[in-house]
Amino acid sequence: MPEPHREIITINMGPQHPSTHGVLRLVLDLEGEVILGTQPVIGYLHTGFEKEMEYRTYHQNIVFPARIEYLATIIEECAYVLAVEKLLGITPPPRAQVARVILSELSRIASHLVWLGSSGIDLNMTSVFIYCFQDREEILDILEGVTGQRMMHGFLRIGGMQWDLPEGFEARVRALMDRLPARIDEYDRLLTNNLIWRKRTEGIAVLTPEDALAFGCTGPILRGSGIDYDVRKAFPYSGYEDYDFDVPLGKRGDAFDRYVIRLEEMRQSRRIILQALDRLPGGPWLIDDRKVALPPRRELVRSMEAVIHQFKLVSEGIHPPAGEVYAAVEAPRGEKGYYIVSDGSNRPVRVRVRSGSFNNLQALPVMIYKETVSDVVVAIASIDIVLGDVDR
Amino acid sequence: MLAGRARERLGSVGDVSEFRGDVTLTVPREVALDALRLLRDAPEGTPVLTDLTAVDRYPAVPRFEVVYLLTWYAAPARVRVKALVPVDDPAIASATPLWAAANWLEREVYDMFGIRFEGHPHLARILMPDDWEGHPLRKDFPLTEEPVQFIGHTPRTPSQIIPKSPPRP
Repeated sequence: MPEPHREIITINMGPQHPSTHGVLRLVLDLEGEVILGTQPVIGYLHTGFEKEMEYRTYHQNIVFPARIEYLATIIEECAYVLAVEKLLGITPPPRAQVARVILSELSRIASHLVWLGSSGIDLNMTSVFIYCFQDREEILDILEGVTGQRMMHGFLRIGGMQWDLPEGFEARVRALMDRLPARIDEYDRLLTNNLIWRKRTEGIAVLTPEDALAFGCTGPILRGSGIDYDVRKAFPYSGYEDYDFDVPLGKRGDAFDRYVIRLEEMRQSRRIILQALDRLPGGPWLIDDRKVALPPRRELVRSMEAVIHQFKLVSEGIHPPAGEVYAAVEAPRGEKGYYIVSDGSNRPVRVRVRSGSFNNLQALPVMIYKETVSDVVVAIASIDIVLGDVDR
Repeated sequence: MLAGRARERLGSVGDVSEFRGDVTLTVPREVALDALRLLRDAPEGTPVLTDLTAVDRYPAVPRFEVVYLLTWYAAPARVRVKALVPVDDPAIASATPLWAAANWLEREVYDMFGIRFEGHPHLARILMPDDWEGHPLRKDFPLTEEPVQFIGHTPRTPSQIIPKSPPRP
């Protein structure tokens, strides 16, 4: 019998591949079906957000974060707004803080549902996709009721929120939270003991704790490898230190562990939301500082000073002190941080968006080394990348 | 606490400052890698390279700052290390031997600012196309709108909408 013909061939996966969740290109070196080398090629969705933000005032920049990472929109806005607030040295009123927590966790559940649904599609389970998007739509309906937009909210303000939570918000969220556990349990029953799901995820795309740390992975990827780091616990913001919730950890660092963690995170988010609803205080939702936040409309007809403040804020913007800060939040895809450098003028010198997806994707070649081509799809799905977030 | 110890250990290497609770260590670029190695091998545990980026401080001299953000997960604590890089020789030692994460992050800084990282295994553009000219995040790279074919639309930059005000004390 002749020797089997062995050679390494290089193939191109993407950038227009249905499993790449955006526009990601992978150059794979294959020996048969086995991957010996991977070179991710990114940048197809590079939009220059960081450059754009240098040319706008701090207030105008609020619209960008949700467009960078379009699946966990409120969390993104929260990250930017927190960084500016840290730069200014201000704290939003308690009602705004609790409302931010509720909206952030709703956002997180919505984002994880998109992840679960699209992973289902990648692994040939279309019904999961339909179920998840149905639930996500209910969350987006609530967010639309609060902010006026399904996704690109632009709702948070430096020092609080644009307006108060609408009437009936609490009842709506509670009703959804009552339905949610049954839905998550349903996905659990549908997938966790599903033979195909387990065979395709267990032991696939393994990332060791050492590699996860070296690549700076965060979020469910890092926790899947068993390392306990959650920004909400390590560097609490918006009062997260007062909430009682668990951070689920994995053991093997494979795609299945990440799936289990994300399911559990949805349950924990529900726990946080219920605690937050119980303690939602009344009072103002925007800071009472005329140099930072716009004056309420009723003041404009009575006070000349309010009109001047309104004019200066709109035509010139706020002037934070010179300095630089980094503020981070726990996004569904890991640590999302904003590093803002100010020179004391009305525009930032530099806004750096530290995205979790960028670092997580960097670990992909390690995850799929010596795996087969079909596992690439599982690995990409389990990283849960948003290419807009990777390329910015 | 950890920041205090880092200050003690590295006070002789560079300049330590604090703003809003963020600790920043500014070092000359020649010793940046040594400072990072000192911090990485700290007895408190190994930090993670959370972020690596740069700032264009035009017209200051030296113009660029390469910024490393280190995070200790267990402590938890953060320290920022800044190295100053001049524009006429924009180069600094690569941190890839210390953290694998530095690979793409340094490529991004090279792409956006044109700062070379000596010893980087594959220093190529990462976000912009390979044949792109210039480095977009430099302050001398203009931000313009692409011309479109609509009638009556003149491209303009956001700077023409709300001008930059002088810094306030």
